[in-house]
Amino acid sequence: MSAKLEALSQNLQECLGDRVKSLKVALGEVTIEVDAADYLGVMQTLRDAPELAFEELIDLCGVDYSTYGNVPREGPRYAAVSHLLSITRNWRLRVRCFAPDDDFPSLPSVTSVWNSVNWFEREAFDLIGIVFPGHNDLRRILTDYGFIGHPFRKDFPVSGYVEMRYDPEQQRVIYQPVTIEPREITPRIVREATYGKVNNA
Amino acid sequence: MPELRNFTLNFGPQHPAAHGVLRMVLELDGEVVMRADPHIGLLHRATEKLAESKTWIQSVPYMDRLDYMSMMCNEHAYCMAIERLLEIEVPVRAQYIRVMFDEITRILNHLLWVGCHGLDVGAMTMVLYAFREREDLVDAYEAVSGARMHAAYYRPGGVYRDLPDRMSQYQESKWKSAAQIKPFNEARSGSLLDFLDDFAARFPKLLDEYETLLTDNRIWKQRLVDVGIVTPERALQRGFTGPMLRGSGIAWDLRKKQPYEVYDRVDFDIPIGKTGDSYDRYLVRMEEMRQSNRIVKQCVDWLRQNPGPVMSDNHKVAPPDREAMKSNMEELIHHFKLCTEGMHVPEGEVYSAVEHPKGEFGIYVISDGANKPYRLKIRAPGYVHLSAMDEMVRGHMLADVVTIIGSQDVVFGEIDR
Repeated sequence: MSAKLEALSQNLQECLGDRVKSLKVALGEVTIEVDAADYLGVMQTLRDAPELAFEELIDLCGVDYSTYGNVPREGPRYAAVSHLLSITRNWRLRVRCFAPDDDFPSLPSVTSVWNSVNWFEREAFDLIGIVFPGHNDLRRILTDYGFIGHPFRKDFPVSGYVEMRYDPEQQRVIYQPVTIEPREITPRIVREATYGKVNNA
Repeated sequence: MPELRNFTLNFGPQHPAAHGVLRMVLELDGEVVMRADPHIGLLHRATEKLAESKTWIQSVPYMDRLDYMSMMCNEHAYCMAIERLLEIEVPVRAQYIRVMFDEITRILNHLLWVGCHGLDVGAMTMVLYAFREREDLVDAYEAVSGARMHAAYYRPGGVYRDLPDRMSQYQESKWKSAAQIKPFNEARSGSLLDFLDDFAARFPKLLDEYETLLTDNRIWKQRLVDVGIVTPERALQRGFTGPMLRGSGIAWDLRKKQPYEVYDRVDFDIPIGKTGDSYDRYLVRMEEMRQSNRIVKQCVDWLRQNPGPVMSDNHKVAPPDREAMKSNMEELIHHFKLCTEGMHVPEGEVYSAVEHPKGEFGIYVISDGANKPYRLKIRAPGYVHLSAMDEMVRGHMLADVVTIIGSQDVVFGEIDR
């Protein structure tokens, strides 16, 4: 672990204390996990504490962990993962926060901390279905007007449910159930842990 | 006196200045924009969802189609993410080739940008000049990968193959005689490196030509100066990266601050702006092209001196060469496994970012140890920049909206994904 990552992990422990549920350093990156209740406060501290100084939110994305590792999932299903960047300190951080309720996943919005998160939260709402109370404009963003469902959830088929075509009789564009059959050319396989480790080969 | 009310205007998605399929709902008070609401997603292809059902290598060509104006930089971030998860080393020669093509890509992107931005604002000639030079660079793409745009040249573990020894040449036709095409083929008689060397030597002069057309042009300055000012504080708050951030006066460049590949071994400078208006962003991008040209020249010199492998020899990731595959059982097994099931990437997650011509392009990928990504997230710089559109155009005239779209350098392939 380089000196920089060590300094960052230490500063995180000092500034956030036991609000950090877990801290992991892997592949040259630091990841922390926080509770949904602490989420907004932690993000505020991450930006404002001079020892951390994360001025920029680079990315936020929703993740659906329901089929992770091809085994049934225990614990919460949806998470929002943000990537932060500090310009002054030149370091990065990943923050993961699981939404407590699987049936109505909801996390506080951090638009008041970083304005750049606006569209990222809209996207996470659109594609994964996480709701962000406190967001003042939580509309769908990437999918079609009037789209139903959250397409990046693991139980949403790649082909979708409806398709669109021009109907010459009605002389307008109509939606109908998809006519393509689902197919998988290369099956998804998870091998034992050592299989992909190229350095042990 | 009749009651006055705001006027709502639908801008795009078929507007030539919308750079693709941007639809903006503008609320106007006379000619002044009160509010802009960009509607995006008209080019949404769910690249990230598709990647979840494809093997790791099959998604490389999808990356080209994100920002279809800077193809190889997208591949770069994706390949680097996989390499970091696998913890494999890329041969140095491949790293130099990647840096060289990243910079060629940057010039390609900025040339197209300056041409189209010129068109939007009213400088018709610019696009003709820019496409003349783009032609040469696109030929360099073609020489290494066979494709002029969607190269799929970077692969996890290196690049697809080494640089070619000869360039394609113009042929005599019924429109052009042998004497007429001879000057076109002069620079193309040697290898790709000779061709790029020649390009790097003449490009600074061509850039001067562009600048005589635009930089001190009165109309150009009237349209760009003090339009779309972003202060450094707002730029950070809005998550700007790349030329948009540097235009606001913050010296931040991943190539310098968090160097990847061999950027710490090449010499170049980072231009920054002063006021953060569209004109500063124009100047920053013009200077970036000069610096990219310098890097290309240095890479060409290094690549001439140092032959070597361009692909990792780890056959769990990179396929063995054809001859070895046909004569060796072990290699045949590797080949078969790679071409059917694909590589397995160890469990973990990684965020890899490159300094893309438009800003920070990042790939966040979660692997659960399968032969496909579990979740792929593409962090597109244009997406963040466009989200600041409302803030940037408020209070400006309708005609300035076009300038600001142009100065953000948006491409819908990456924004809609």
